[in-house]
Amino acid sequence: MQLKDTIHESRAFLNRAIVAGLLVAIAALALIWRMVQLQITNHEHFTTLSRENRVKVVPLPPTRGLIYDRRDVLLAQNRPAYSLEITPEQVDDIDTLLKDLAQVIEINDDDLERFWQLKKRKRRFDSVPIRVNLSPDETAQFAVYRHRFPGVDIKAQLLRHYPYDVKTTHVLGYVGRVSQRDLEQIDASNYAGTSHIGKNGVERTYESALHGSVGYEQIEINAAGRRVRTLEQTPPEPGVDVHLHIDIALQEVAMRAFGDNNGAIVAINPQNGGVLAFVSQPGYDPNLFVEGISRKDYDALQENPDRPLYNRALRGQYPPGSTIKPFMGLAGLEYGTIQFDTSAYCPGYFQLPGNTHKYRDWKKSGHGSMDLDSAIVQSCDVFFYKLAYELGIDRLHDFLSQFGFGDRTGIDLTGESTGLLPSRQWKRRARNQPWYPGETLIMGIGQGYFLTTPLQLAAATAAIANNGTYYTPHVVDYLQSRATGEITPIPPTSQPIPKALQQNWDDVRKGMTNVVESPRGTAKRIRSSEYRIAGKTGTAQVFTVGQDEDYNEEEIDKKLRDHALFIAYAPVENPQIAIAVVVENGGHGGSAAAPIAREVMDAYLLNRDEPLEATQ
Amino acid sequence: MSYSPRQLGDLTPTDPNRRQGLLAVFHIDLPLLVGLLLLCGYGLIVLYSASGENLGQVERQALRIVLAFMVTLAIAQLNPGTLRRWSPSLYAVGMLMLVGVLVFGEIGKGAQRWLDLGIVRFQPSELVKLAVPLMIAWYLAEQRLPPTWQRLLFAALMIAAPVLLIAKQPDLGTALLVASAGAFVLFLAGISWRLIGGLVVAAAAAAPVIWYTMRDYQRQRVLTFLDPENDPLGAGYHIIQSKIAIGSGGLYGKGWLNGTQSQLDFLPERHTDFIFAVLSEEFGLIGVLILLALYLFVIARGMYIATRAQDTFTRLLAGSLTLEFFVYLFVNTGMVSGLLPVVGVPLPLVSYGGTSLVTLMAGFGMLMSIHTHRRLLPT
Repeated sequence: MQLKDTIHESRAFLNRAIVAGLLVAIAALALIWRMVQLQITNHEHFTTLSRENRVKVVPLPPTRGLIYDRRDVLLAQNRPAYSLEITPEQVDDIDTLLKDLAQVIEINDDDLERFWQLKKRKRRFDSVPIRVNLSPDETAQFAVYRHRFPGVDIKAQLLRHYPYDVKTTHVLGYVGRVSQRDLEQIDASNYAGTSHIGKNGVERTYESALHGSVGYEQIEINAAGRRVRTLEQTPPEPGVDVHLHIDIALQEVAMRAFGDNNGAIVAINPQNGGVLAFVSQPGYDPNLFVEGISRKDYDALQENPDRPLYNRALRGQYPPGSTIKPFMGLAGLEYGTIQFDTSAYCPGYFQLPGNTHKYRDWKKSGHGSMDLDSAIVQSCDVFFYKLAYELGIDRLHDFLSQFGFGDRTGIDLTGESTGLLPSRQWKRRARNQPWYPGETLIMGIGQGYFLTTPLQLAAATAAIANNGTYYTPHVVDYLQSRATGEITPIPPTSQPIPKALQQNWDDVRKGMTNVVESPRGTAKRIRSSEYRIAGKTGTAQVFTVGQDEDYNEEEIDKKLRDHALFIAYAPVENPQIAIAVVVENGGHGGSAAAPIAREVMDAYLLNRDEPLEATQ
Repeated sequence: MSYSPRQLGDLTPTDPNRRQGLLAVFHIDLPLLVGLLLLCGYGLIVLYSASGENLGQVERQALRIVLAFMVTLAIAQLNPGTLRRWSPSLYAVGMLMLVGVLVFGEIGKGAQRWLDLGIVRFQPSELVKLAVPLMIAWYLAEQRLPPTWQRLLFAALMIAAPVLLIAKQPDLGTALLVASAGAFVLFLAGISWRLIGGLVVAAAAAAPVIWYTMRDYQRQRVLTFLDPENDPLGAGYHIIQSKIAIGSGGLYGKGWLNGTQSQLDFLPERHTDFIFAVLSEEFGLIGVLILLALYLFVIARGMYIATRAQDTFTRLLAGSLTLEFFVYLFVNTGMVSGLLPVVGVPLPLVSYGGTSLVTLMAGFGMLMSIHTHRRLLPT
């Protein structure tokens, strides 16, 4: 019985074992089918996915080109800077870490704000800066505590630095972190690895040259995204060095000469339009912007009543005042409205025929009998009221526009203002009013609607100095590739101003020379014994004086005082430098503005090799 | 039918499985031993690559393999009768420990699985993997087969109790293995096909109930299995990366140590649960087929031992242990290749780790014991 059962059970078991074996076989076949499906049928698909997994293309950012002044003084450099960076992946609790870190190293709210913002944009294994521009002391201090902060490291990177900071701001501009708006305007792929971009000034205008071209490397990465090895590389093309016409020595001299005053000075080489000095006072430290300016610093700049962020040389629009008189005189001569020796009587005021309104001269008692030369030298207003009236607004507008007034000069800096050269058409368009003859008169002395930028004045002065060639002012002289040494000049562009008679130009220059050289000249105080200067002073009204009131300089607020202007070039015989100076609320051009021009000219013409030290 | 305790070398000349020399003396089944050694050796080669050429890890695993083989040999010396007698006690101890784990257990990776016995940390669920088939085989072998409904119900309860305790730890993979081991005993014991059919229907009906009792991460695994691309960086990441590894291996593989998915850390848990993907990537379909051939050889040998066993207990035990081994293999490879949901089951004998290795090898020790202690049948 037992045996029978055993045999029966053995049979039954064998049956079940066979069924189980079949099930095993079916399952094994299903598995093999699955493997064939993955490894044979879809092999290529998975090979592609596997390759995409492990190979990453990494941009190699180019090194930014350097900027030099005309004597190869380095104005913008790339300096290794140390920042403290956190790799979120390696940190368990960032909030606690930040709290602990703040015990060791100073971290302010701006740092925290930037950290959280940048962190959002980066991957977990990318490090995010918490502090930038560590001082050597801070670097050493952190090194002591380093072991307490896993995932926190000191990183070195090349950061733009402007050794002459405030002295170069308004011409060099600065670089800042690439923003979303920047990315919309540039070839984003070329900036794939670049953190900074030119925001302003030369840094912006010559951005593409300075930046260079991005390189690429194919790297193999692991699952955490870390580099394992390099597979292929295309090196980046470094940015090109930029050499300026700007002379840092002149910048320095000009700024010193300005003292506490606000204003602008532009000096141009009349032979090629190269800008030798370009100062807007006050300036600001561009280095603040490189790593992202703190809110506090930015607010301070914004709220400063002297408006340091405002580029007066490029964007400031001032009535030219009497500095326009040589151009008026030249217009009169060229159109034949007056001769060099045509004289007019100045009683201290001018009246339009059939009108009782008195257009007053700055000299209440009048200048007496005036010809063009003495009218320029003594800056007689009545002479130019009369001349402007006779020329008429249309001829005035046409003539002055040849000197670049009323339009952007086309300098290689961005954000330039146009100034305003009024005309009948302009007034109809802008104000929907006819042009009144009285407006022509005050335009004759550079007042009224007429507005010029210091840059426009300097460029126009250069055209008088070089005898009739209007050069588009430019800051950059040439580009030079560091790799090949190859030089790409930035050629001057110019426009000849048509001449009726050469003598007219000589006569006006003679008048300008007498402004400085003649004992009655309004700028006689800057007369130099070593070279001869030609110039013209100007005063631009900020505050309108009533018809019968006196203008008392002492009594009005400094903010309402007249702007002092001065244009000049030197040496008279062979002009090397043409200058326009505006001193805001400086009062008289001869006393406030002219001495600044003289110092810059001296520095340029006499002390060409004065050594300089960068402010560090 | 009863066994008498035997002494070493107590084989009579009439023993049908009489062998000469050391193999016979030490109760070793040569085909099984060779199959297992080849599998472990193959595993070590893959582990060297999967561990990132970490020789220390390979050495540690080799040491574990040596220890596990010693366990195999030790158990092979036991008479199956001894195993049978111990079955109820082993089961009782296992159950006590499972309850102990729930009360005193240590938590590791979000699950309570370990029991600290002072000297060693012990995973009671491993013991239960063996204790359940032993217990059920013992219980069913007490009476004539096929079992009565009453005994079946009681057997089912004895399976369900540890399974539920393990699932509560929670350790779905081990629960599944234990359940399958118990179920195979029942299946091999010859329960009627009608009942099997009924159970399948019942299981399908119970699926929604199970769904609601599952933990979040367990549900997530099922959902991820159904649509891994739905969550490519979260739970689906494992499966996507593992399929890429396998698929990009192709027919011949990328070569040993050259699997980019494995070597560059894209593959998670590559030296433990996902080591099959490393093998597939580096050795290709050919390497997979070699591995499967070795496994199937071991399984075939196990089934052969089962069919040649001389009594109900040893038959049921050998058969269910062998089939449990196959479930082990199938659940792991099925999971890694995306055929089944992700359940934490290692690739038997190949994955890095000692606990399951010892259990498995102890099971093979039992197979050897069963095969080498056969007596000449009467008549």
